[in-house]
Amino acid sequence: MNEKKKQRIGREFTKGLLRENPVFRLVLGTCPTLAVTTSVESALGMGLSAMLVLVCSNVAISALRKVIPNKIRIPAYITVIAAFVTIVQMLVKAFLPQIDEQLGIYLPLIVVNCIILGRAEAFAGKNPVLASAADGLGMGVGFTAALLCMGIIRELLGSGTLLGYPVLPGSMEPMIIFILPPGGFFVFGMLIAVTNRLVERRGGQPAEHTGCAGCPMASQCRLQEQRALEAEKEKTVSKIKPPAGAVEEPTAENMEGGDHV
Amino acid sequence: MNVYLAILMTGILTENFVLAKFLGICPFLGVSKKLNTAAGMSAAVIFVMVLSTAVTYPLNVLLMKYDLEYLQTIVFILVIAALVQLVEIVLKRFMKPLYNALGIYLPLITTNCAVLGVVLLSVQNEYNFGQSIVNALGAGLGFMLAMVLFAGVRERLESCDIPKFLRGLPITLVSASLVSLSFLGFAGVVDGIFA
Repeated sequence: MNEKKKQRIGREFTKGLLRENPVFRLVLGTCPTLAVTTSVESALGMGLSAMLVLVCSNVAISALRKVIPNKIRIPAYITVIAAFVTIVQMLVKAFLPQIDEQLGIYLPLIVVNCIILGRAEAFAGKNPVLASAADGLGMGVGFTAALLCMGIIRELLGSGTLLGYPVLPGSMEPMIIFILPPGGFFVFGMLIAVTNRLVERRGGQPAEHTGCAGCPMASQCRLQEQRALEAEKEKTVSKIKPPAGAVEEPTAENMEGGDHV
Repeated sequence: MNVYLAILMTGILTENFVLAKFLGICPFLGVSKKLNTAAGMSAAVIFVMVLSTAVTYPLNVLLMKYDLEYLQTIVFILVIAALVQLVEIVLKRFMKPLYNALGIYLPLITTNCAVLGVVLLSVQNEYNFGQSIVNALGAGLGFMLAMVLFAGVRERLESCDIPKFLRGLPITLVSASLVSLSFLGFAGVVDGIFA
């Protein structure tokens, strides 16, 4: 029994590394992935800060899962996450002011990083504390590894250094485009293409943004988009002939129905 | 006046929220498949951005007064979340046409980093009330511009013959990279005109 438990916790940890890598497989947390990976240092800073918040919030939410009423769970999760982000923000400001400067507004923006809210909703809210901690740690390591990947490629090609030390021979001019925004999109696209290939070889599916698997808003997102398309169709139909009945409105009830991930 | 125009144009062109600051990438990649939904979503984002800036500005003044700046993150995100819900209810009850146009996008915006981002950015740059509002408007319009342009690009992509390993998300990101590249051309334009 104990052995089984250990195995399960081990699995929760390893799934975040490649199989369910939050960045390259689930395509979550794209904003920080693109924004702070201009250097290895800031990528590492962001990855570790997010990991700390992720583990702490997963543990706290999992411990509170029987106390938090289902209806207000999302605001409750956001409050817990925001509290931990504030703590991390203060820690980074106090001990690593240089990192704080590099991350700027992206540090408080960890609050709205969908990986964290997504894990709270998809995992920590339903599972025991230890498994949630393992899940958070695995996802955090996966996130950090992905950011590091991006950071290493962009810093190496864009400024010819690694962690600030010059690596490329002086005769090679660094390609500044890689540390500019377009380079971020490009490297991210290429890395997703590579991971898609790796996973496809093992019989997996390519990453799909529409799948936003871990995002708590994902199902609503799709529901809303569908509804918008339907409304649009309805409009074109009603141009030809008057509508037979009122279009069903998105009410609070049927919105709640789509709230499961 | 020049200051306001400069802030507005910076938000739209040089420091575009999506293409230069990478805020709101999720809706940018997720809701930009069709031009109509992209426009609707961005209209809702502009609305919420301006409104939450207007509401959080006085709150921030209050926090500063009592030396509670460290509570900014937690206060802002909760206020934005509550505000979005409230706006949805009010629109639904009193402004049916506006609700029909924007309402369906509102719940998606609560956890949108662009909204919290614009509020935090105004605080960080120490803008006054007017500047903050203009900043939010500029950021929102920039978001809309990026969304609408990209929706157009994606509609064309659908009929292209794309190499197999790039199909799906990778080609979307590569085209986003090219759209972002075109925005680099605006670098320095705003400073040149208004400074």
